[in-house]
Amino acid sequence: MTPSAVRQGADRAVRSRRGRPGWPGWSGLPARPLVIAAGVLAVVAAAVLFPVAFPSPVATTYGFDTLIFVACASAWNLFSGYSGYLSLGHAVFFGSGVYAVAVGAQDWHLTGTAVFGLLPLAAAVGGGIAIPLGLVALRVRRHTFVVITIAFFFIFQLMAFNFAFTGGTSGLVAPILNWSGATYNNPFYYAALLLAAVTVAVSWLIRRSRFGLHLRAIRDDEDRARGLGVPALRVKLAAFVLSGAITGLAGGLWYYFIGAAAPQSAFDALFDLSLALMAFFGGLGTVAGPVLGALVLEPSQQWLTARFTSNYLSEILLGALFLVVIIFMPRGVLPTASERLARWRAAWRRRGDPGAEPRP
Amino acid sequence: MASQIYPAIADGILVGGVYALMAVGLTLIFGVLDIINVAQGIMVVIGGYLSYVLSVHLHIDLFLGLLITVPVMFGLGLLIHTVVIRPLRGAERTSMSLLACFAVAIIGEGVLYAVFGADSVTLNASYVQSSFQIAGYYITDIYLYCFLLAVALVAGIYLLLYRSRFGRSVRATMQDPVAARLVGIDINRVAALTFGLGVAVTAAGGMAFGATSGGFNPNSGYDLISRLLAIVILGGLGSIGGALAAAVFMITLESVVDIWSPSWAVAVFYVALVIVLTVRPAGLFGRAAVRAQ
Amino acid sequence: MTAELRTEGVAKAFGGVQALDGCTLTVPAGSITGLIGPNGSGKTTLFNVVTGYERPDAGQVYLGGQRITGASAQRVFALGLGRTFQLTRIFPRLTLVENLLVATGRSKAAGLTRARELLEFTGIAQHASELAGTLSYGQRKLLELATVLAAEPAVILLDEPAGGVNPTLIQHLAARIRDLNSQGTTFLIVEHNMEFVLGLCHQVAVLDYGTVVVAGPPEQVASDPRVLDAYLGAAPGEEQDGE
Repeated sequence: MTPSAVRQGADRAVRSRRGRPGWPGWSGLPARPLVIAAGVLAVVAAAVLFPVAFPSPVATTYGFDTLIFVACASAWNLFSGYSGYLSLGHAVFFGSGVYAVAVGAQDWHLTGTAVFGLLPLAAAVGGGIAIPLGLVALRVRRHTFVVITIAFFFIFQLMAFNFAFTGGTSGLVAPILNWSGATYNNPFYYAALLLAAVTVAVSWLIRRSRFGLHLRAIRDDEDRARGLGVPALRVKLAAFVLSGAITGLAGGLWYYFIGAAAPQSAFDALFDLSLALMAFFGGLGTVAGPVLGALVLEPSQQWLTARFTSNYLSEILLGALFLVVIIFMPRGVLPTASERLARWRAAWRRRGDPGAEPRP
Repeated sequence: MASQIYPAIADGILVGGVYALMAVGLTLIFGVLDIINVAQGIMVVIGGYLSYVLSVHLHIDLFLGLLITVPVMFGLGLLIHTVVIRPLRGAERTSMSLLACFAVAIIGEGVLYAVFGADSVTLNASYVQSSFQIAGYYITDIYLYCFLLAVALVAGIYLLLYRSRFGRSVRATMQDPVAARLVGIDINRVAALTFGLGVAVTAAGGMAFGATSGGFNPNSGYDLISRLLAIVILGGLGSIGGALAAAVFMITLESVVDIWSPSWAVAVFYVALVIVLTVRPAGLFGRAAVRAQ
Repeated sequence: MTAELRTEGVAKAFGGVQALDGCTLTVPAGSITGLIGPNGSGKTTLFNVVTGYERPDAGQVYLGGQRITGASAQRVFALGLGRTFQLTRIFPRLTLVENLLVATGRSKAAGLTRARELLEFTGIAQHASELAGTLSYGQRKLLELATVLAAEPAVILLDEPAGGVNPTLIQHLAARIRDLNSQGTTFLIVEHNMEFVLGLCHQVAVLDYGTVVVAGPPEQVASDPRVLDAYLGAAPGEEQDGE
């Protein structure tokens, strides 16, 4: 059609712009890439060395739980944060992963480290379940979507209570591991660390990719995105399945660590709220947001539950914290902070350069 | 088997009326504020506990006690709206409101646990036990009274919506908030009052639920809200008639299925929901186009 | 690339309102056709039906001779029909460059080059890395146009491109439209700004109560008594209330 017309027009425009700064380029993070890379390496190094520095089982349990939530919150954000479809039923994937490993270990009489081999099964089950659920749930508007995910949650919890192979109300118990008590947690910790790292990496890659772009366009204006050629259902479903697979895997790993699966713990309503809270706290739709949220909130939650023996208080505090975050920092800690930083830097720059353009 | 079906249907309709009342509140809130109040379940439980306190500690009759609990819940609704819902702004307002309501529900449940503990309580009155006969089947008195209460209140809401000035403002805001504002309707006030109304009905619903359910505790909120959500979605968000029809239909269906398999009866709700949504994503009577979000 | 857009007897009702009633319109390939009409005459509905955002109750739509009636918005876009909206629709939380990349179906490198070209062409390149939500109203219109161009459509539908925009920008827009048209792009433009329409369009069609009442060269249409009638006695060129 018009390549030459557009190009001529573009050339004219560039020539008429005298002395303006060069091409801004692809959208980037506010800080320089090197600083960020260094930061990431530091965090990873700290995480790897954590069990060495704090070898007590209590500390590594905290660490394990936190890493599981880093993975799950990132996986949740990968779907809900990027696409804007808030899922309050991700516990379905987690619980499915739990039971996949539990039933597999029991039926196939696996013991010891062989149970770890079931983890891919947990991921497959989580992702596999996401397909029919997604096909039903992703065709409706956002409000209805949230409600459907809640409905799915209750269906699955009910099934766990009622079916024989899930052990009903009493649930299933994991095979015992003959590992030394002092370092019992460590393999789990490192497995969780690996999962968390991979999840965050995947989340980052997606955000930079065309797939991530499509998701975010869907979040902003789904109809318009469709009108511009984005295959919305396929994109949403792919993200949903990926998110489900990771969450399922996390569930399987968690089951083996805890050693028991029961309908209420495997399918826990507070799990979903925690994921949402962590992602919102850190910054919904960013890569680092859920990580920060999990790092801050999970240890706090664990500590509160341990300190106040009734977990009702922790429920109240969790809910109240959520409200505070939502009302005062609706975009989350990281975006609000980076915005402040950018504004501060712009003001600083303006002070040094009288000819600079004022911000619109 | 047949002899069990008729009472099951009758019970289903009677209890369905009570659920209809609570569902109407929920759908009304959605219609005007565009948010799904997932705290509605715990509000019903709170209403039930309020009736419990009045009945057990102050010996006030259940139905008379509503004169106190309904205004209290109305006030609670106004409070929640002002503190939690109104400050939310921006593009994500709807999603955030939903999560905020979820948080309110969690807080509510925690408070109830802290105050009342985890044991089940029941609402009792002299007429809860007595029953009467129709065509050879027994129907418990209280079911009928609660049903009549629900009918009266739903009729009252209908009258309010279609025969009063306030109701006109509410309907206008439901259809087009911008246009409503342009004709001088204070939509913030309408929103606050509607939220208050939606929560106020849970006082009556809570009393009825407590009297007909054979016991409840703070955990009952989950089960309630999931049913209410299923009902409201099935009937179509924002449709009052839809909420009514869906409530009676689903509760009756559950009641009938319960004859064969009690543990699966609850699943009926969600399965029905999924089936309907696959065929009609907007629900049976829902508005096909929802505002851009 | 160019193509003819044609509708035949398209009808669409919303509840009791017959928005389109036997609407037959031909937009010749390579032309700039204006579509005018009083408020409520069905202009945006026609756009919605043609571009797949609504299904017609009756009638057919043809693009370059191919029937596209009832096709989805995604498909219509893929077939080479682009449109803008009355209330500008962009992706506010994506940067300008990202907004354009959604529409280009190419690899990232090729997409970036094209995005740069388009931003320069429409004159908003200096904001390339900013979030689209921070743009002014007029700049959003330009972004929307750029996004539509990204897929190199054969036919472009513009819904009130000059609405609420300052005169300089209107000239800029008109110049861009002429540039593109010189390469063969067909345009169908809904507008209330008569000066814009009369100065730019090769032919003008008038829509009233969902059907085309007059069509022809601009000067002829402007003085046709039926057009004056349709606008309830207002002379062309007078500002109408926005739709």
